[in-house]
Amino acid sequence: MWDYTPKEMIERKSLVINPAKTCQPIGAMYAALGIHKCLPHSHGSQGCCSYHRMHLTRHFRDPIMASTSSFTEGASVFGGASNLKSAIKNIFTVYDPDVIAIHTTCLSETIGDDIPTIISQCEIPEGKYVIHANTPSYVGSHITGFSNMVTSMVKYFSKKLGYDNGNVNIIPGFVNPSDMRELKRIMDLMGVKCIMFPDTSGNLDSPLTGKYEMFPKGGTQIPDLIDTGNSMATIALGKFASEAASIELERKCKVPAYTLKMPLGLKATDEFIMLLSKLTGNTIPYELEEERGQLVDIMVDCNHHYHGKTVAIFGDPDIVIALTEFVLSLGMIPKYVLTGTPGEAFESQIKEMLFEAEVDGKVKSYGDLFTLQQWIKNEKVDLIIGNSYGKYLSRAEDIPLVRIGFPILDRPVQTYLPIVGYKGAMRVIEMITNALLDRKDRDDLDQDFELVL
Amino acid sequence: MNYSILEERKKSIIFKNDNAYLDCDKDSIAGSISQRACVYSGARVVLNPITDAYHIIHGPIGCAAYTWDIRGSLSSGSENYRNSFCTDLKEEEIIFGGETKLKNAIQEVVNRFNAKVIFVYSTCIAGIIGDDVKSVCKDAEKKFGIRAIPVNSSGFLGTKSKGYKAACEAILKLMNNKVEKTKEPSVNVIGDFNLAGETWIIKSYLETVGLKVKSTLTGDSNCELIKSAPNAWLNAVQCAGSMTHLAKRMNEIYGIPFVKISFVGIDDTKDSLFKIADFFGDSDILLKTKKLIEIEEIKIKDDIYHFRDKLKGKKAAIYVGGGFKAISLIKQFDELGMKTVLVGTQTGKKEEYEIIKSIAPDDAVILDDANPAELELFLTENSVDVLVGGVKERPLSYKLGIAFCDHNHERKHPLCGFVGAVNFAKEVYESIESPIWRIVKEI
Ligand code: SF4
Ligand code: SF4
Repeated sequence: MWDYTPKEMIERKSLVINPAKTCQPIGAMYAALGIHKCLPHSHGSQGCCSYHRMHLTRHFRDPIMASTSSFTEGASVFGGASNLKSAIKNIFTVYDPDVIAIHTTCLSETIGDDIPTIISQCEIPEGKYVIHANTPSYVGSHITGFSNMVTSMVKYFSKKLGYDNGNVNIIPGFVNPSDMRELKRIMDLMGVKCIMFPDTSGNLDSPLTGKYEMFPKGGTQIPDLIDTGNSMATIALGKFASEAASIELERKCKVPAYTLKMPLGLKATDEFIMLLSKLTGNTIPYELEEERGQLVDIMVDCNHHYHGKTVAIFGDPDIVIALTEFVLSLGMIPKYVLTGTPGEAFESQIKEMLFEAEVDGKVKSYGDLFTLQQWIKNEKVDLIIGNSYGKYLSRAEDIPLVRIGFPILDRPVQTYLPIVGYKGAMRVIEMITNALLDRKDRDDLDQDFELVL
Repeated sequence: MNYSILEERKKSIIFKNDNAYLDCDKDSIAGSISQRACVYSGARVVLNPITDAYHIIHGPIGCAAYTWDIRGSLSSGSENYRNSFCTDLKEEEIIFGGETKLKNAIQEVVNRFNAKVIFVYSTCIAGIIGDDVKSVCKDAEKKFGIRAIPVNSSGFLGTKSKGYKAACEAILKLMNNKVEKTKEPSVNVIGDFNLAGETWIIKSYLETVGLKVKSTLTGDSNCELIKSAPNAWLNAVQCAGSMTHLAKRMNEIYGIPFVKISFVGIDDTKDSLFKIADFFGDSDILLKTKKLIEIEEIKIKDDIYHFRDKLKGKKAAIYVGGGFKAISLIKQFDELGMKTVLVGTQTGKKEEYEIIKSIAPDDAVILDDANPAELELFLTENSVDVLVGGVKERPLSYKLGIAFCDHNHERKHPLCGFVGAVNFAKEVYESIESPIWRIVKEI
């Protein structure tokens, strides 16, 4: 399969083949699912909404609820205002969420529906909220959509009330609920009170109770979202998914904003913990030091397994940047690093890392998997790290794949296990090492096959 | 959860014993959590399995990204259809039009690959900015000497059914005009998408009874075979919802008669085989058909008895895309001694709901375009043992502690024909009997 990809690289201008990104609304939908009792609403035709729900359902293996304006031809010609108005009314009547988080689609963007005006013409029940984000997919990617919805949370909710609540705001980025849980655990250990937004833990990894809750227990509470304006600082994890909201919060409520790399790997986690310590004056507890020590121990124990191995990494920019730094620290060689999301900053950051490590690698933002496969065809790597779509590459080029990122459609449980923090780093090492060793076991000749590796 | 049912929705939910008329085939209400998709998605799922065609999505990235190899249809030849091609429209093109980009994209596909047939899908955006996909395709055909077939599938034009029609029209454009019927009796199997290899099962049955399968549409098909489809004597339509339109049009244009068949469940499989044999009125074919059924039935008899014993009296719920499948499933549950207490579809037609009403057990609830809240309500009220549905219904079912069987894109073993009947019974049984539900009940 996929042996249709030719080796010669010819420039393509008008055609994306096998995308390494998807569209804004799904990111917005995911972010909105991180607010307690929030129903995401897709303002457009049914198709988009259905696809976004389906994709999230497949990744999280949990029911994903979102409503749609159900555009028909009429709405597409005369505007979707009346659809949106009756939608808002119907949603509060039937599903009774606390918040409706509207995101636009390409269609409603193109016909130019003015969402704030439409919202202002609706009667919103006491104590309920309707927020919105513009998420045209002809700009950016699903990461942009995530960032836009998180920024909207700040715009709509955050209020400066003139006191200091002693909290640190955390914007975790487009990561799994497990990662959000892990970040909260770390902050807890650090004795830091935090407001995390969005927070999909408890919503998209909710326990089975035999009852279906349309609005599970999880998610950032509205009073907390409002209170983000009174926190001592905001830490945005990842430039692409999280920075914009932190800057908006700084502008609106003067909460100092810090952008860090996603805390994936040793160095990035150190930086995160150091910043927490600096901001709060709290010392680092032994538990975290112990975890860090264990991680370093593992890195030493395993280093000969992956040292010098070449790897291709693709996926969402914040994850890929952090992963690249991590694998470099493991002594691996990231030969190809690619994201589908457009952004100069991605290329410059990765190039700098590669330069410092004296690695000769290729980097591309707004790339696709066709390009990645062509690179690999020209010079093979030992390992691929990326989402499920990497399985085509993996099979065609006969290279093991470690699944990290979004979406993962063909492997279960990963949304329950973190990749951030020291614990997450241990898991990433386990996945990388085992993928390489499984491969070795498979390929070894009889006389080289050994029990102990 | 205890959500109210919207006033406007009440007419779309009836109980079999009510004398009510079921409201269906209408646009969903704004604000509902509908399980439906769009025109484009309908067109894409039908055309995607054509294994050697190139499918260019003219629109922003999402429409292409979500439908990339999504159908799960298998191929015995080219794997080309598993790639995803998109013009990935940007702001600039939204303002100034995307035709140039599409032209270049086609050129890039032609240059890079040995493309002979390209389907070009217009999505919502292409429709709304008014790109003339048709004329771009026409020009491309002239310029490159290939077939470039526009698929009019802007999402907002309606529901999936409209997309099925658009796909059927696109397929027709691919067919040859010259018709010379094959010498030996031959059939096209249309409306089977080769999920988990189902087309191959149907094909093998027909070949066993002495029929030549001219082409299969669109499961495991290719452009050459589709071209020659008009040479067949008969069209056998498996998925009526998506492909009846094609059958009707082929009847108009080529005079090929069609029969609607269903290989879901033992009874329907037998009926369908006889229906096809009857059409040819050939004693040899009829004899071989009887023989085939006899042999196949013997093969599965013990298994079916075994599962029937275990499943007797259990309650089933059905929520699927089209009405025809729902009908077959009700019968299939009957065969297993199970009772269907809920039947719903996303896009069922009036006639189909009439049949559903006539064959469903007495107190069954029937509903059209249901949202998850309604599904939950009736699933729990009826203490259902197993739900048959698609992607989005699975986690809902599991959260409620109800067993589940996928009868849509996610199925990994064939559910059609005699083997399929056993697989189905086995899956339903295994899902219901999983020890996990005992743990769940203890929660
Ligand atoms: S139209 Fe836009 S929003 Fe909808 S699926 Fe396509 S890319 Fe995404
Ligand atoms: S944009 Fe239109 S065509 Fe694309 S998925 Fe959405 S509704 Fe369907």
